[in-house]
Amino acid sequence: MSIFVPNGKAQQEQMLDVIGVGKFEDLLTPIPESVHLKGELDLPSPASELELLKEFKGFAAQNSSSNLVCFRGAGAYDHYIPSAIDNILTRSEFLTAYTPYQAEVSQGTLQSIFEYQTMIARLTGCDAANACMYDGSSAVAEAALMAIRATRKKRILVSGALNPRTIDVIHTYMGNGDFEINEVPFGTDGLIDLEAADQLAEGGVAALVLQYPNYFGSIENVQAAADLIHRHKGLLVVAADPVALGVIEAPGRLGADVVVGEGQPMGVAMSYGGPYVGFMATNARLLRKMPGRIVGRTEDRAGNTGYVLTLQTREQHIKRAKATSNICSNQALMALANVIYLTLTGETGFTEVAKQCWHKSHYLHDRLLETNGVTDVFDVPFCREFVVNLPVSAEDTASAMKEKGYLAGLPMPCLGDGAMMLTATEKRTREEIDGFVEALDQYIRGAV
Amino acid sequence: MEKTIFQYSSPGRIGVALPVLDVPETAIPEQFRRKEFIGLPEVTEGQAMRHFVRLSTMNFSIEQGFYPLGSCTMKYNPRLHEFLARIDGLAAVHPLSDDSTVQGTLEIMYKLGELLCEITGFKATTLQPAAGAQGEFAGLMLIKKWQDERGQGHRNEVLMPDSAHGTNPATSTLAGLKVISVKSDKHGRVDVEDLRSKAGENTCAFMLTNPNTLGIFESSIEEITKIIHDAGGLNYMDGANMNALLGIVRPGDMGFDVCHLNLHKTFSTPHGGGGPGSGAVCCTELLRQFLPASTVEKTEEGYKLRDRMGKSIGRLLAFHGNVGVLYRAYAYIRTLGPKGLREVSEVALINANYMKARLKPYYEVPNDDGPCMHEFVASGAEMAKKGVKTLDIAKRLLDYGFHAPTIYFPQIVKEALMIEPTETESLESIDAFIDAMIAIAEEVDEKPHLVTDAPVNTPVLRLDEVKAVKDLCLVEPVEHEE
Ligand SMILES: Cc1ncc(COP(=O)(O)O)c(C=O)c1O
Repeated sequence: MSIFVPNGKAQQEQMLDVIGVGKFEDLLTPIPESVHLKGELDLPSPASELELLKEFKGFAAQNSSSNLVCFRGAGAYDHYIPSAIDNILTRSEFLTAYTPYQAEVSQGTLQSIFEYQTMIARLTGCDAANACMYDGSSAVAEAALMAIRATRKKRILVSGALNPRTIDVIHTYMGNGDFEINEVPFGTDGLIDLEAADQLAEGGVAALVLQYPNYFGSIENVQAAADLIHRHKGLLVVAADPVALGVIEAPGRLGADVVVGEGQPMGVAMSYGGPYVGFMATNARLLRKMPGRIVGRTEDRAGNTGYVLTLQTREQHIKRAKATSNICSNQALMALANVIYLTLTGETGFTEVAKQCWHKSHYLHDRLLETNGVTDVFDVPFCREFVVNLPVSAEDTASAMKEKGYLAGLPMPCLGDGAMMLTATEKRTREEIDGFVEALDQYIRGAV
Repeated sequence: MEKTIFQYSSPGRIGVALPVLDVPETAIPEQFRRKEFIGLPEVTEGQAMRHFVRLSTMNFSIEQGFYPLGSCTMKYNPRLHEFLARIDGLAAVHPLSDDSTVQGTLEIMYKLGELLCEITGFKATTLQPAAGAQGEFAGLMLIKKWQDERGQGHRNEVLMPDSAHGTNPATSTLAGLKVISVKSDKHGRVDVEDLRSKAGENTCAFMLTNPNTLGIFESSIEEITKIIHDAGGLNYMDGANMNALLGIVRPGDMGFDVCHLNLHKTFSTPHGGGGPGSGAVCCTELLRQFLPASTVEKTEEGYKLRDRMGKSIGRLLAFHGNVGVLYRAYAYIRTLGPKGLREVSEVALINANYMKARLKPYYEVPNDDGPCMHEFVASGAEMAKKGVKTLDIAKRLLDYGFHAPTIYFPQIVKEALMIEPTETESLESIDAFIDAMIAIAEEVDEKPHLVTDAPVNTPVLRLDEVKAVKDLCLVEPVEHEE
């Protein structure tokens, strides 16, 4: 009898008796004999808690990446996670609850989602937000599909300066043959080519999708993009980095119709890529087109304030084939991490984190440019992340830096052999940045 | 009732001490600068903790009580797993790390894939899908791609029973396929003749939950999957109900070509108030080449992440799946081993059949046809005639200290109450739940207002969903703050 099963032989016999069968096998009569598994599954024999702990510590020891000083971003960022967050996340009442279908016994989850929606809407400068999506990239794809529903047009424009992984996800989500996706090139300045976008938008498009700051860290002109796409009666979908929004203007105030993004930087562990959480916010006109769950405030029979899942007629369990999305389970616990993170840091702390990311990435950038042969790839203002050109192979440099204890920036072969994209979050100290630049300098001297 | 966090805010408070900036500042150009406050709350850590702990006390959870939510497999979530997934070496790893520096994680992913293949009888796995619905999408796209590759791209229909879960048709739409609904027979099984008449040259795929959403095993499964294969389609199994089958039957041995597993159900990863889950997909050798990016291979130089696209259907998430969830599922399978996993399903079946037997004198079980699998669907139709709806019964259960069953699903049963005990519930707690159900049945006859007025022992009384839609309020208005 395993540690998770309280009904042993004695109880089982008693229960089989009530059922009116002699033995367990009698319950299997609906399953044709021909498909029964012969023998038992070929799986390792059970491990004790102690053995598993040792096994996992062994796995963890094989992950040397966790010891490297991180200058890599490209969609996942090494931010400090306040310890109070996990204290709340591991509380039984949040961790082991299902989706809040029975609102009267789910007010904790529902109110925290309502607060999450509020914070996301305020951060993005929008009127409303949903309860979350799987991750930032699928949120972008769902936003594109939402724009298609709202405009009844089947074509979208995607900035070439969008994270290429996000572009992949858009293609996958829109890969059923019904839609057309056109990529808008970026100029030599690393910003989306708005003239090209203007031409491509001729004939009508559902949306223009751009990233802000874009994949390379450059700050797009959201207002100009919004004006342009609105002239063509399309919508502007902006994939935004939430931490950057602590210092740069909210896309919702610059004309964006849907703002989506990756919530990982707000209190969620990097954990090799997941679980993360996508956010989605929009304006009042479009909120009924949103996919996913939405929480609303209401009253109980005595007039007390309470919260429920609302606008459910958009969703799969009611609309089935005509639903706005197939999403059911989402990433609720990670959204809870976001709301606790935004609460603990708060107005001052969150903007401080954002500012430190701005200043530290600029300091890193400026120090790198003092290094022999390192040059800028793009000459426009950036936020939190940037690309430089090394006089040596970026791949080789990253390997060499690994030996020195650093996770260097991401090599960007699409921008040249020496191109590397780097970030420095609030976690990086001046000493770490100086040490990294020095190690890089030494490596370059040795290599050229 | 708890105030919102915004109502605790006062300027200058902060909940975490941040390091002091130790590098020179660089001016933020005026044209880009955020012009207004964000509107985040300002509270101390103590205030934040008190707020969220108070909120938590207004939640029901599996660690507080019985959660017989059909189709959702609310089983106990081992605490060890929470510790394991948080070990620094596993949690603090950037997703774009060099393979040589993440061998531990890649090994877990590789081994979990192998274990899931053995459990399902398939040959290849993707761990990328974030939840069941995304797994369904991956699965249908795999089949579609296979049809395209063999020149059968015109096949645009996906067949599924009328009892299918809502994500099945919604996913089909996302995959660009037309849903053809197949009738259920009087016991709730697929009407084989109806299926035969609808399978044909436009059939791309058949989607089936087995055991189906009534908790009934599809006894004609071999004939069903053969009809589809003969018509040129492939069979997709929605594996949300795999908790009934561990070590007993494998999807791959029933003629299915691909299935998803809900690791957050069968494999015990906690549901977190709505997610994260994982919808790992297992498939035959035939479909391997089309799997999404981010699969792990074992080579002579160690484990490698295959992150190229090739013939793949693409990428479902930016990175490699809900890895933290995968750690937990791996630990679960390792703890139980082959006998333990079979015991899970055996006891899940016994518990469900026991509940059905004891409740039948009080609640109609419309599709009853011998043993059920891990769950069954009762109907409140008789009680509805007396003016007490299934919704009322669900709310009354909350008063008795239980979570309610899944209600109004599947739609083919009137006033449905879908009950799934899982294997982790003791006979004592199952009996207590049954006693409550019987007491409610008596209340319906004798004091119906107790049921229609329910719940009364909960943090709030019955909430007005109509008002929530009519007076839509999705965010805290700014003027509410103090
Ligand atoms: C039968 C069935 N299929 C599919 C799903 C969808 O799974 P998920 O919520 O993980 O997307 C569920 C769960 O709600 C289910 O019960």
